[in-house]
Amino acid sequence: MSVITLTINEQLVSAQSEQTLLEAIREQGVEIPTLCHLEGLSDKGGCRLCMVEAVGTNRLMPACVTKVQEGMNVRTESERLVEYRKMIIELLLSERNHICAVCVMNGHCELQSLAANLGVNHVRYEYVVPDLPMDASHERFVQDQNRCILCVRCVRVCHEVEGAHNWDVMGRGVNSMVIADLYQPWGSSRSCTGCGKCVQVCPTGALSKKGSTVAEMVKHHDFLGWIMNGREKNIWEYR
Amino acid sequence: MNRPELQAMAEQEIERQKKFRGRLLYCTSTACVSSGATAVQEALEPKIKLLKDEIELVPTGCMGLCGRGPLVTVQMKDQPEVIYENVTPELATEIIDKHVLPHKPAPITEHVLQTDVPFFTKQTRIVLANSGVINPERLEEYVARGGYSALAHALREMTPRDVCHELIHSGLRGRGGAGFPTGLKWNMVRKAVGDRKYVVANGDEGDPGAYMDRTLMESDPHRVLEGMAIAGYAVGAEQGYVYVRGEYPLAIKRLEKAIRTAERKGLLGSRVMESGFNFRVDIRIGAGAFVCGEETALMASIMGKRGQPVTRPPYPAESGLWGHPTLINNVETFGNIAAIIAQGAEWYSKIGTAKSKGTKIFALTGNIVNSGLIEVPMGITLREIVFEIGGGMMSGRTYKAAQTGGPSGGCIPTEHLDTPVDYESLKALGSMMGSGGLIVMDDTTCMPKIAKFFMEFCMDESCGKCVPCRVGTMQMHRLLGHITNGSATEDDLKRLEELCLLVRDTSLCGLGNSSPNPILSTLRYFRSEYEAHIKGHTCPAGECEMSERPILDLAELMHQHQPVEMEVS
Repeated sequence: MSVITLTINEQLVSAQSEQTLLEAIREQGVEIPTLCHLEGLSDKGGCRLCMVEAVGTNRLMPACVTKVQEGMNVRTESERLVEYRKMIIELLLSERNHICAVCVMNGHCELQSLAANLGVNHVRYEYVVPDLPMDASHERFVQDQNRCILCVRCVRVCHEVEGAHNWDVMGRGVNSMVIADLYQPWGSSRSCTGCGKCVQVCPTGALSKKGSTVAEMVKHHDFLGWIMNGREKNIWEYR
Repeated sequence: MNRPELQAMAEQEIERQKKFRGRLLYCTSTACVSSGATAVQEALEPKIKLLKDEIELVPTGCMGLCGRGPLVTVQMKDQPEVIYENVTPELATEIIDKHVLPHKPAPITEHVLQTDVPFFTKQTRIVLANSGVINPERLEEYVARGGYSALAHALREMTPRDVCHELIHSGLRGRGGAGFPTGLKWNMVRKAVGDRKYVVANGDEGDPGAYMDRTLMESDPHRVLEGMAIAGYAVGAEQGYVYVRGEYPLAIKRLEKAIRTAERKGLLGSRVMESGFNFRVDIRIGAGAFVCGEETALMASIMGKRGQPVTRPPYPAESGLWGHPTLINNVETFGNIAAIIAQGAEWYSKIGTAKSKGTKIFALTGNIVNSGLIEVPMGITLREIVFEIGGGMMSGRTYKAAQTGGPSGGCIPTEHLDTPVDYESLKALGSMMGSGGLIVMDDTTCMPKIAKFFMEFCMDESCGKCVPCRVGTMQMHRLLGHITNGSATEDDLKRLEELCLLVRDTSLCGLGNSSPNPILSTLRYFRSEYEAHIKGHTCPAGECEMSERPILDLAELMHQHQPVEMEVS
């Protein structure tokens, strides 16, 4: 692994050649919003919030799936980027029924806090208000398609960390849905181990603990890091 | 099979064809079948059976003028070739009775296609040279017209490096739309380090109105296979895949047969043409997703995964199928290879413009007299395509715009009709070469409605992986819906333009990046139409029904939603 140098926001910094741009940016303490990215999972580059500008060109690059390169010169903040990030959040809010007032994750939701941080005070697009199902067939958890933003963290954590691959995506485009097995009720899924990792990594109220009411669902965001770390060092106590 | 045997096969086939007093060619490609070619075939077969030794009945691929199908070509010895259009079973019988049977034939004068018109004379057929001329299911006929001699030549007299350099010199660029220089791509894969490499032919053609790849695979499958085999030799791959969309059953059937025949004759498989080179080809069938035409999604689909694109780099040339270097080209690109190797880069680079060499196949459709498949040299003007080859607009209407590149392309208005058709010029106009769909529209077409049609296509075909494409296309479609039904405000247009830029700049793959092109190009050339819908509340082309009115102020909104009277206790 070699060290390379690149420019982030006009600051010359060094990074490991294997790192992604996002890692290098965050290492510098520069804040950059992400939604589908989660430490410990593979990156898919789907939410497009971490887009950065390559200085000198008109091109935008997704930081989470771009490897750092010698001599790279990127800017993480600009009028255009901020506007685009706001628009993406607004698009997400318009896509499904994200009604915070009645959501179990109210106050702890990543989408909500991103929207607040980016200054999204209204949605300029028409709300689509789709009629989507809820699945409460599982003994301990509930899946609410209405809150899902298709970041597929749950799909990735189930496949990559738990190794069960209970979740996958059905359909395409706006009709995509995260489903258990081959679209069975979650409760009757044979592949689900009931580990609850998906619930912990879900950024919104799409997956929650059964019985939680508005604003009661608090997720342990360090959960995954703890598992990954524990596996490496054989520490099985959650602190 | 070695080279002398290939030669012998060609000579034998030419001899065999000479023995007949005449040949009757009828089109069996999908376009003609849909207009009744099967019935024509049924009428012809029993008649020809009686004349088995005199007349040969040849089922061929596409003859080009699909709008006038079914087409039948009569080639009698010592007589000029005659093509019949709109052939019915009755006409087929008549053709045999009057034109084929008598020893002093008197050709029928009706339904005869003029062959000295620009539709035929303005074309340069390289990739489609055999299309409509040979029986695509017989290897012998392809070999008789020089087939597989380029592969033999490459294997014996050229090193892989030579092949790549020949292609670089030829100036051939990818025919899938983006126009990346093919030779450079091959050279990259050749130089890539890997114990295993793959060659993939992209036949997942999905643009509305485009059917170039289908026709090539149906009409001349061996040409594609030969191109792939040469590619395999040039880059060092032993396995090739043809990815064909499931909606093309005939193309799949013909390719399967072609692969089997070629393998049996030693033109594919182990020790190709008795050299040390092995090359197997398998077919992978798409399941109906447009996005699988995008190379990374296509490879995911071949590997059995969900057909979703992934971010490039790494490019397939470094890490493609199962992490191995992979060469992926469009079917039409592979269709050019044999001709370039056989006739030389020098010859090929003389056709076309400075930066875009060779020919391009277009599927000419829309409100035009001659709709069909054409192969024209690069640099031809759009005017020549539409008004000479295409024969002008149908029923005397005036030209309004031509849409190139399908849902990723844009509309080209009258003032740019004289632009030469090549990669750069089309891009400068806000359109693109695309895979070759060319839809011609007349003055009765409403541009916002066309944009809405293409946006609906993109919305349906978005894979859903990235947010701007998944939700952005839907919101753009909704806004266009408001514009075309008259309920849009000026703010809506502003929002639409903002969204176009967002989706263009931030989407993950080409599908999303290029999906706003139909809107951006129609806004560029036909902005007044959008404004007429919004401000004037009318559709200039008269196509849209303006059923709703926009809600412009709060008072109106309040009026629409009468407040519920509440009981106060």
